[in-house]
Amino acid sequence: MAGESKPMKLMYYPGCTLKNHARNFDVSTVSSMAELDVEVEEMARWNCCGTVHALASDDIMHRVAPVTNLLRVKEANASEFMTSCAMCYNTLKRANIDVRKRASALESINKFMYLDKIKYEGDVDVLHLLEYLRDRVGFDKLAAKVKKPLAGLRVACYYGCLLVRPKEVAFDDAENPTVMENLVVALGGTPVPFAQKTECCGAYHTVGNPEIIADRTDKIMGSAHEEQADLVVVSCPLCAFNLDFRQADAKRLNPEFHHLPVLYFTQLMALAFGCDESALRFDLHHIDPLPVLAARGLMGSA
Amino acid sequence: MAITTSSTTMRNSPLQKRGPFVAKVEKIAGQKLLACYQCGKCSAGCPMAAYMDVLPNQIIRLAQLGMQEQLMASGAIWTCVSCMTCNSRCPKGIRIAEIIEALRGMAIGLRRRDDHLDIRDISLETRGVLPPIALISAMRKQTS
Repeated sequence: MAGESKPMKLMYYPGCTLKNHARNFDVSTVSSMAELDVEVEEMARWNCCGTVHALASDDIMHRVAPVTNLLRVKEANASEFMTSCAMCYNTLKRANIDVRKRASALESINKFMYLDKIKYEGDVDVLHLLEYLRDRVGFDKLAAKVKKPLAGLRVACYYGCLLVRPKEVAFDDAENPTVMENLVVALGGTPVPFAQKTECCGAYHTVGNPEIIADRTDKIMGSAHEEQADLVVVSCPLCAFNLDFRQADAKRLNPEFHHLPVLYFTQLMALAFGCDESALRFDLHHIDPLPVLAARGLMGSA
Repeated sequence: MAITTSSTTMRNSPLQKRGPFVAKVEKIAGQKLLACYQCGKCSAGCPMAAYMDVLPNQIIRLAQLGMQEQLMASGAIWTCVSCMTCNSRCPKGIRIAEIIEALRGMAIGLRRRDDHLDIRDISLETRGVLPPIALISAMRKQTS
């Protein structure tokens, strides 16, 4: 990174859920990045990415929402931006790849956005915060910023689908990614082996078929518990909701189910960097992380 | 070709009926259905397979054979959440999730039945609990 004294600026796309149910993800992203001398600047006039990439080749309409965001980044004279939400990252990046490959689709979208003065030409890069931390900040520099090492904390890193699939958006191995484990090590914690780390949580079935999510949560969190994890970290607010909120359903399904807290990786950073408690927002969690963190001496017992 | 005689699959879907359907699925999905040789790897790794009435490799087989009605009536096309595990593991590089999305689109587009998800079935209390990311993705995938 250039210039240790002057903070780097990084354009930031939070996405809808980080401004609602996952405010803990938003505040911990901004606070922890400030500790790394990166000034996260929320982009102007961002809109919902659409949450899912339209897979049908003739579905151009659903690429308008993500591409509009890419255009907003270009309007701000930036050539790249970062999001910490795995679902936003996946949708924005896949739309970007698609319009870069298909000139006709891009032309249709630009025509649709005729009120905008400039045209999108595929000239903005989408970054996920984890790849930014690994490739731009570097885990060595990150480790040097740790004030409160997560000593003894056993962490299961859950990637779900969207960081590793499809391969054109993945910034790590599809079957055995390790970027979050390396982050946990840099923060002084202990990553545990986790067989279910890239197995889907059931995603939006939480709306119409929550019983599927209960079963998936039982399997995924059960696998983390078998490895004696203290908690599970995620990068997706939908995974977080399912694996945290649906634990009550998982317990009904399987009385042996063991509750485990689910945190965003940015909360672990904020914790290790000694950020204020307001950057953690543990009040938004269904399974309270405080007892586990207190047992490891990482939070006051109050 | 003597396609009207012995083969049961051909009897289910005569060529003239199968042709346009197969062509449409292939066009929307941007995939070649006949590239699939039924190894079953997609179904083996599918995290949703346990909740499906027809497995992913069987969906491809039914699509190859032009069995439109069976596919449109299946619950499995709605159970797939496009996690892309099948796509990333298919030895033939077939994007199965794209094929299933094409089938969902056809089911909604054909108006053979209503949207798969009716938000009125979700209680106000539940709607208040669900994050936007869940509601938007569910509506995007399961309604027209």
